[in-house]
Amino acid sequence: MTKLAQQLAQSRNFWFWTTLLLVSWVLSTYGRDLAKAVDAKWLIKFPAAWRIPMKGEISAAMSWLVEDAHFGLFTVTEATRSITWLLEQPYQLVLSLFASGFYQGVGQDAVLVFPALSWVFVIILVMAIGHYAKDWWLSSLVGIAFLYLAVFGQWDSSMVTLASIAIAVPIGVWGGILLGIAAYKWWIVELALRPLLDLMQTIPVFAYLVPILFLFGFGPVSALVATIIYAMPPMVRITTLALKSVPTELKEFSLMAGCTPRQTLWKVLIPSAKPTLMVGVNQVIMLSLNMVIIASMIGAGGLGYDVLASLRRLDIGGGLEAGVAIVVLAIALDRVSQAFALQRSPDRPLYAGNSTTLRIMNYPRTLIVLLSGGAIFAIGSFVPQMQTFPEAYELTTGAIWEDVIRTINVNFFDQLEAIKTTLLSVFLVPVKRFLGGIPWIWGLLAVSLIGWRVGGWKVCLLAFLLTAFIIVNGLWAKAMTTVYLCGISVLIACVIGIPVGILSALNSRVDRIVSGIIDTLQTLPSFVYLIPVVMLFRVGDFSAMIAVVLYAIAPAVRYAAQGVRSINPQLIEAGIVSGCTPFQLLRRIRVPLALPEILLGLNQTIMLALSMLVITALVGTRDLGQEVYIALTKADTGRGLVAGLAIAFIAILADRFVAAGANRAKQRYGYES
Amino acid sequence: MKRIFMAGLVGLALLASTTVRADVESKDPIKLTLHDWTGQLLTTNLMGEVLKKAGYNVDYVQADYIAQFAGLKTGDLHVAMEIWETTGREAMDEATATGKVENLGETGMQAIEEWWYPAYMKEKCPGLPDWKALNDCAEAFSTAETAPKGRYLGAPVTWGGFDDERVEALELDYEVVHAGTDAALFAELESAYQRKAPILLWVYAPHWAPAKFEGEWVEFPKYSSECYTDPSKGINPDMAYDCGKPRGPIWKVSWAGLKDKWPGAYKIIKAFNINNEEMGAMVTAVDLENQKIEDVVSRWMSQNEDRWKNWISQ
Repeated sequence: MTKLAQQLAQSRNFWFWTTLLLVSWVLSTYGRDLAKAVDAKWLIKFPAAWRIPMKGEISAAMSWLVEDAHFGLFTVTEATRSITWLLEQPYQLVLSLFASGFYQGVGQDAVLVFPALSWVFVIILVMAIGHYAKDWWLSSLVGIAFLYLAVFGQWDSSMVTLASIAIAVPIGVWGGILLGIAAYKWWIVELALRPLLDLMQTIPVFAYLVPILFLFGFGPVSALVATIIYAMPPMVRITTLALKSVPTELKEFSLMAGCTPRQTLWKVLIPSAKPTLMVGVNQVIMLSLNMVIIASMIGAGGLGYDVLASLRRLDIGGGLEAGVAIVVLAIALDRVSQAFALQRSPDRPLYAGNSTTLRIMNYPRTLIVLLSGGAIFAIGSFVPQMQTFPEAYELTTGAIWEDVIRTINVNFFDQLEAIKTTLLSVFLVPVKRFLGGIPWIWGLLAVSLIGWRVGGWKVCLLAFLLTAFIIVNGLWAKAMTTVYLCGISVLIACVIGIPVGILSALNSRVDRIVSGIIDTLQTLPSFVYLIPVVMLFRVGDFSAMIAVVLYAIAPAVRYAAQGVRSINPQLIEAGIVSGCTPFQLLRRIRVPLALPEILLGLNQTIMLALSMLVITALVGTRDLGQEVYIALTKADTGRGLVAGLAIAFIAILADRFVAAGANRAKQRYGYES
Repeated sequence: MKRIFMAGLVGLALLASTTVRADVESKDPIKLTLHDWTGQLLTTNLMGEVLKKAGYNVDYVQADYIAQFAGLKTGDLHVAMEIWETTGREAMDEATATGKVENLGETGMQAIEEWWYPAYMKEKCPGLPDWKALNDCAEAFSTAETAPKGRYLGAPVTWGGFDDERVEALELDYEVVHAGTDAALFAELESAYQRKAPILLWVYAPHWAPAKFEGEWVEFPKYSSECYTDPSKGINPDMAYDCGKPRGPIWKVSWAGLKDKWPGAYKIIKAFNINNEEMGAMVTAVDLENQKIEDVVSRWMSQNEDRWKNWISQ
């Protein structure tokens, strides 16, 4: 491009956005009066007569599915119920093993045949696994993590949660791998899967809980199914990606060596993609743990239930301890699975036991575990402390947290209130008014125009259709409240997160602290901090915003740090040689070059913010999240799914817009064209 | 899990000492639903213990308050011990109309739901608890966001309650802010109470809050069903909802098949009866004195042996 053309394009760009903003502002402020003047109220408020009653139809379809639909020999409900039965068997087995013990007989006649695994034995077992995966450091980390669970009285609930994770994760992983392979082999599967995966990741879980309950019945299995649906998509994506990135030479070589396609896939492609696949496993574990709270609402029990029940009693300390137990479990499982991912397959094959060194190394550990298991079982029959952690030694920090919140509340409430009121009146309320005032008809036009501007006619069409869906379902106003709450939170998350990310990329000490905080924020159930936030800031948009920012800030920090770190060091050196000050280095080299990654982070931040909406509905926001929540409590399938889809569509549009923006940034800086 | 396990143990231990059990119709476990408030956990555990005494097997299943009706219709779940007249009536009527769910009568407890204020607010607003004083004190109940109007913290939208309508019909200078959950509602109360700050909110009983915090319910014009349905009745001639909230029983409901599968259990559940004071004391013991649910339940069982034996033997 010549310089002139570039300038022209840039100024055109500038004019486009300025005009769009100005028109929106004028219409938002004066639209109502304008519509009144020409006596056309339909311009502002979408006429009820034009609505398409999609939610009614979905609900009707659902009850048909549950009550009447059949595949000839058996009904749909029978089919799903047999899946329930199938899933329930391994779940009961694992649950008995970890938590409840094995019984003979029903109810009161039941006799304990074999007790659940003793806490001492489980700790030895996980430490052995940690040692096998990496080294003594990991082993002791995992040991301490599980010891925390025992000492803080979270053992029983943790084992229930662990049991459901132990079932959900393998199914999620294997289901993901199989779907991923299918998508790798047949392009048509990939094409069909892509929108489906988008929806699975963006529709709030609450929206499909009700149909799942109808189909799979009440109890832990429904919770498992919901967890799997939520946690599987990254595994599918990563599998396809991993298989695609296996060097073609390897594949050709295996075919030359006479492998059948099946052998090529399972013996060559999958093993060589293992490190990448393990990243997917890690994601499945993390997302499954994210679901713990929601799963407990429909009968999964465990730690999630403890968090909810404690907070209902306003036992903040109790809720925090159970929440931290989830974090601790997540960290232990995460580190172990990452250690397995980093294990280089050639040195230590996962399955093959034929190398002699391995046999010698492997045996003593297994032996120790087995021996100690036997010993503990034997002692446990006489010494109950061995079997269950003695209650007298359990610790609790409950009272401390309560006092902290009380002190802040009593002494600093006025200051906090002042900050809140200022932020509300100069920032939140004006933005809410502006977005809320935009007439639907202009909204539709503007979103389509933006789509056309950033991504051509394809994105424009998509934008038009998705926005139209929201409007004909009568959700325009709620959608705009959603955009307002998410938009503000994302903005604040970025303003805080990106500088922190850049700083932690440049300074390793900061990095260590920051990554610890971020890990905790992402796995600590948001409900745990939502209640103290409500105590300090009252029910309303502001509390919701704080919760969303806390949850969604992680990717903003992570991607910014990653972007700055991955800059070619030669470019930095070139900058230093040509005499840049540190600030210039940052402004002229680091930030622009990290921009594509930062935008990716923005994208993820938006996704997380949207996924938090349903949780913030619990503190009384009036947006699409609330709509989904109301539908859940009224068991209204159609209403929930329509609102859930509306949230998913906002997420998809934001994703397309930001991705297009990231592409442009890449091109502008000649990063990758 | 621990609770269920412990409850089972307690049951077994008690069984050894007092054997009232007769042969029961079916050994299949009767599934009782658990929700997330303490009172309901207590009621359900009491019922479960009594059924165990009669020889039935019992399973506790966590389920959402409204969503459970889907399970009760199909027979996945069998008994729900607390359906409140005030919040669950609609869902219950819808479910019983299908014929698949049966109303087993009152639990004996009365649900109270109304606008509530802490006792220290009476100094700032001496006219209370009469609702007519509310408008004079609107300023006292206001916050920066709502001033000069007062702020009333309502229940989650899903609970209904018609507070927005009530404010309009009684021409109250208040803004209704809805909390999203029960936890958020009482978090605000706790926070305000610590600071002795003004607050006016929805409180219900039986609950631990009226036991922990000193305060009173606002006295609105008495509820009548005409007041809700007929605009011409009541103080405001043009609008409905110009009165207080209904008070009503808490109901027991079951899957319609219960009667045929476990006729004995059906009778026992119908006979189950407990009052607000007992429940209030037990909720306080659990939520404020940090006693364990199973301990509180077994204490009630041993103190009220005649009552529950009567339910079983009738």
